[in-house]
Amino acid sequence: MNVASAIAVEDVSFSYGPRRALDSVSFSIPRGEIFAFVGPNGGGKTTLFRLLTTLVPLQSGSVRIESFDLARDVRPIRPLLGVVFQAPSLDKKLTVVENLQHHGHLYGVTGPRLAERIDELLARFNLGERRDERTEKLSGGLRRRVELAKSLLHQPRILLLDEPSTALDPMARSELWQHLEQIRQDDGVTIALTTHLLEEAERADRVGIMHEGRLVALDTPDALRDTIGGDAITIRAAEPAGLAAAISERFACDAHVVDGDVRLEREDGHRWVAQLVEAFPGAIDSITFARPSLEDVFVARTGHLFRDEVEEAVADSKEAVR
Amino acid sequence: MSSTPSSKTLESPISDNPPAAPIDENPWPAVGTLCRRELVRFLRQRNRVFGALGQPIIFWLLFSEGFRGSQFDYVHFFPGTLVMILLFTAIFATISLIEDRREGFLQSVLIAPVPRWAMTLGILSGGAALAMFQALLFLVLGYLTLDGLAVDPLAIGQVVLLMAVASLALTALGFVIAWRMESTHGFHAIMSLVLLPMWLLSGSFFPPGEGWMVWIVSANPLTYSVAGLRQLLVDGQVDGPSLSTCWAATVAFALVMFALACLSSRRGTKGDLLS
Repeated sequence: MNVASAIAVEDVSFSYGPRRALDSVSFSIPRGEIFAFVGPNGGGKTTLFRLLTTLVPLQSGSVRIESFDLARDVRPIRPLLGVVFQAPSLDKKLTVVENLQHHGHLYGVTGPRLAERIDELLARFNLGERRDERTEKLSGGLRRRVELAKSLLHQPRILLLDEPSTALDPMARSELWQHLEQIRQDDGVTIALTTHLLEEAERADRVGIMHEGRLVALDTPDALRDTIGGDAITIRAAEPAGLAAAISERFACDAHVVDGDVRLEREDGHRWVAQLVEAFPGAIDSITFARPSLEDVFVARTGHLFRDEVEEAVADSKEAVR
Repeated sequence: MSSTPSSKTLESPISDNPPAAPIDENPWPAVGTLCRRELVRFLRQRNRVFGALGQPIIFWLLFSEGFRGSQFDYVHFFPGTLVMILLFTAIFATISLIEDRREGFLQSVLIAPVPRWAMTLGILSGGAALAMFQALLFLVLGYLTLDGLAVDPLAIGQVVLLMAVASLALTALGFVIAWRMESTHGFHAIMSLVLLPMWLLSGSFFPPGEGWMVWIVSANPLTYSVAGLRQLLVDGQVDGPSLSTCWAATVAFALVMFALACLSSRRGTKGDLLS
């Protein structure tokens, strides 16, 4: 196995009772990388996160974190990890400093060294003026910053974040990413995060796309986009199936219907737009082309629209709550 | 080591074979911080503080006035009332465990490099300390107004110690119940089906009676806490199990409950998997 990998996952499956959440997932994350798991809720990324954070035990397959085997050596792995959960793990009744002290004590950081680390992190995340405020009074973005500071307090080698930008406004989200890039650069920490926002995943070094418990694609965002031949063309039409068949036949290409729209991928999308509109007058309601995005990659790999999957998953989870 | 921030050295984490971050095997800072957190949280929730101060005062007012007009001797019921205060507050303290789980706070403790027994001990000692605080307040009120309570300092010392052991046992009992619960709703059922009968059948409220009730009363660990406190607190009270039996049973109750709490805490629960 690669010595320089921070996380190496081999053939890992996981089930909650009869429901299979992860299906034979393998990947490795080299040290110092920012890696994003992207996919709709229910795709398996949160389960993977729980496994990596040692919250749930491994069922099958193997996971190495740095030089430790997750199945045997949970104890030495824990101090290596800094974790930011999706649900805030701050104690709202405690102040910023008290939350950090508490965390330090849990990780065996005490005394002058703890005080020093806290001052350092408060300065770094620009939280100095808020140090004695209770975290319940802080905004979502500030709280996320405290979480981040907390997760770094014991100088972990790997930072794991579950949907870190949920409930953050675009400003705070962009700030979060600046911090992540800074953390990687200054501390050489390996960062693995999950997100259901494809545009966010674009900022990672490499992206793993998860769907229905499987890792369906894994590469740099650019390489993933390059797997889509050229530009992505989307056509809205009254009769998408008929139009897709007609386009496929006439231009000898693969036009397909995805969730009611005709889609095809071609080089030089702008020329194709003109040709298609001329070739099928009246049959096309609207037509767009765009440089392929990770969404197009998702569509190509799964045959589903990413947005629908997310909405469906949200609806499912609401149903489950009731 | 306190050094200037500039001289702080970060090991290069990109090196080929990084040593593991040092694991501090001393679990006591974790125990202390979890215990302290329970207390700080309590003090910062004003309604809880009022409730905690108010309950002993109200009980004391109601009981002392209520018993004045009856043929019963309030001093006889005083130890049982102490145990009731311990029971309720210890159990309610562990309800915060369910809240911690729901709010996501507990997740971060579960993945910390802290042995589960230390985590459990920290949470329990915080809850037990809160229960003790209320029971001690009630005890002081009793001393201020009741005649016939023991004045021997050695006996009072034993009373406080026995109360501490009992509160740890009861907090642990609450912990075991609360650990697997996802919401506080179920707790009320347990409260009225298990905990309240447990108190009623501890000799606090009525004498053991006869037949099957004697068996239940003598199998109930709370019986021994109540009987022990009664023997220590109430002058001339000698019936019931011997004081050493009371001590042994209460200590055993605490040890068993603590062991069960530690065992429970090693098991994952569905509540942690709510995202």
